[in-house]
Amino acid sequence: MLETIWFLLWGILWAVYFMLDGFDLGLGTIAPFLARSDADRRVMYNAMGPFWDGNEVWLITAGGVTFAAFPTTYAVMFSALYTPLLLLLFALILRAVALEFRSKLTSGVWRKVWDACHFVGSFLPSLLLGVAFANIFRGIPIDGEGIFHGNLLTLLNPYGLLGGVLFVLLFAVHGALWLAIKAEGDLSRRAVRTAAGLWPALLVAAAAFLGASWFATGLYRNYLGNPALWAVPLVTVAALLAVRFLVAKRAWVKAWFASALTIAGATLFGVAGLHPVLFPSSLDPAYSLTIFNSSSSPLTLKIMLGVALTFVPVVIAYQVWGYYVFRGKVTQEDIASDEAY
Amino acid sequence: MDAVTLSRLQFAVATYFHFLFVPLTLGLSVLVAIMETQFVRTGDEEYKRMTKFWGKLFVMNFVLGVVTGITLEFQFGTNWSRYSKYVGDIFGSLLAIEATTSFFLESTLIGIWLFGWNRLSPKMHAACIWLVAAASNLSAYWILAANSWMQHPVGYAIRNGRAELTDFWAVVSQTYAVFMFLHVLAAAFLVAGFFVMGISAYHMLRGTNIPFFRRSFKMAATLALLFSIAEVGIGDFHGREMMKAQPAKAAAAESVWESVKGAPMYLIVIPDEANERNRVQLLGIPKLLSLVALGDAEGLYRGLKEWPREQRPPVAVTFWSFRIMVVLGFFFVLMSVLAWLKRNRPEASPGFLRLLMWCLPLPYLAAELGWTVTEMGRQPWIVYGMMKTGDAASPLAGIQVGLSLAAFVVVYSLLGIACFYLIAKYARKAPAPVSPAAG
Repeated sequence: MLETIWFLLWGILWAVYFMLDGFDLGLGTIAPFLARSDADRRVMYNAMGPFWDGNEVWLITAGGVTFAAFPTTYAVMFSALYTPLLLLLFALILRAVALEFRSKLTSGVWRKVWDACHFVGSFLPSLLLGVAFANIFRGIPIDGEGIFHGNLLTLLNPYGLLGGVLFVLLFAVHGALWLAIKAEGDLSRRAVRTAAGLWPALLVAAAAFLGASWFATGLYRNYLGNPALWAVPLVTVAALLAVRFLVAKRAWVKAWFASALTIAGATLFGVAGLHPVLFPSSLDPAYSLTIFNSSSSPLTLKIMLGVALTFVPVVIAYQVWGYYVFRGKVTQEDIASDEAY
Repeated sequence: MDAVTLSRLQFAVATYFHFLFVPLTLGLSVLVAIMETQFVRTGDEEYKRMTKFWGKLFVMNFVLGVVTGITLEFQFGTNWSRYSKYVGDIFGSLLAIEATTSFFLESTLIGIWLFGWNRLSPKMHAACIWLVAAASNLSAYWILAANSWMQHPVGYAIRNGRAELTDFWAVVSQTYAVFMFLHVLAAAFLVAGFFVMGISAYHMLRGTNIPFFRRSFKMAATLALLFSIAEVGIGDFHGREMMKAQPAKAAAAESVWESVKGAPMYLIVIPDEANERNRVQLLGIPKLLSLVALGDAEGLYRGLKEWPREQRPPVAVTFWSFRIMVVLGFFFVLMSVLAWLKRNRPEASPGFLRLLMWCLPLPYLAAELGWTVTEMGRQPWIVYGMMKTGDAASPLAGIQVGLSLAAFVVVYSLLGIACFYLIAKYARKAPAPVSPAAG
């Protein structure tokens, strides 16, 4: 029971991370294609300015919770995915530093270099997270000792890459909608056009991913065994369709929430299919790491549950407050302030 | 080189780099919070200018501390998977609690504080920076409790082929953790104090914005005085805990080879590790080492020869790091007393200000040396007496770790240069005037 609760919390933490940092990463990915001036760039950076750092902590917490609740999975997952994980970390470092440093000097070269870093630091994590999760759904070649038999190319299989493309598109649409909400005038309109333009590609990628999962993974076993679970992919697909509908109705905020629901749903679609496995082995199902053979002791799970149930609602409360404080458009006055990115 | 050695080097690079930013985050957050509180209380715009000037340097430093911390947390999994598997039940939960209770708070509130000058009431805004300061320091406590557990494991039982938690309270409240935290805290305030004094000295030497920097200097000097003196006492208590928990580390830190009752403290020592003796050993003060380390002038100080060679930490690096750190610690007391005495008219002593400017890096050096003692002195153990470092690494190929280590060195060097350049540039700028429009 405790293990299942923690599995659920684990899935939710990832879903919230993708939902929140997804718009930062997506906006960073589309920025070079959308920005026509330094002013455009600064609106984009300041649209995520007060939020990205708090959003990123959901990733740290997802990692920390994997460590605390399922230490064996943490150990095997992180060492098996060594190269992609370190690439992800370096990319996120570049993203963060680029935001903080970029507008501190007026030199054109300085800003161009950090703009490039910010793009890499946004695009690469989107891609890597998608590739990694698709491969987890598919199974990783680990043996009974948790030793990884493969390399980075093993992970770049067609299904893994499809997962990467799906994440990049999900986040790009999510980021474009965020910019539509936060930017004014022409930039906002261009952001809407980007979201609407990318949406068909996202729909194709999502459909392809759902279909390919049937052949490439065992995710659907749980769905066949427990039909109530179909609610997850159904809601997800409905949310994805709602995104386009709401964009057409010019309801950007609602469209953003629908997009957030799509991202969370896509994550939970995989998580629900995995249960009770956290990290499946493609060599032999007996080597798979499950919530039972990789979890912490009951005492640790109980203490951690107490901490999570106490503090996560508090975290949500002050993060919601933060979003409320910085509601509305990024204005010229915001950009002109001394602290702006 | 094998994957274990490379993973150790990589962790060392990542930790040293991370700790170039952490102490200033811990110390300067509190100092900036005090400045802003003074602004809210008195309405004096000068304090607001101070908050903004030092706050800007604080934020640039903060972001690097955050991102380099993430690579550390994840490296336990990537490079030390056998360790993570064996002790994750205890160690992992401390890191997860740190993220949930502290890291979230500081990372969310720093954004609100930085961008919220015009959106929050002055009181709310000041409350935000206090929360950032409190969360950062609380975060340090969890991390140091985790490290203390590696130095002195408590509250666990070996079950199911791993270390499992039996007493959470024992893990988070052990004396070792409390003193390690206080030790790091005082070090962090010293870093911040000398940082602010050093930069203020630069401006006062140029004769610009004297009242602004005199006021900053005065606050920093008071902070440095309090914590340099406190650090001597805390360091001594922490040393005694180390003596109890890790006698081999203590013996290496002092380079004592033979067990002796009423051990003297030699002011000048040069260890000769290969021959298990000290090449030079001069100016001994009778019984002082036993008195300081054991609280008993006649106490038995255990020498390194009590442990077989393979269970001793590397002596030379542990000894020199410890010795230089301690000498620096006393030097900081001297400089802080002088700075505090000159606090009302520091600009009248240009020679001293020049010296202070050059002292800015020294507390950083002391902090890094302290970590060297802590981590090298624990060897060959990753968890003292429980698990050897050599048994803890991930099953990775040497080439894989070699490449990532190279990437760490390149990326961190470039980031370090960019960050140093930017902080140096902003530190030399004149503080911006407060215009009523910008509020």
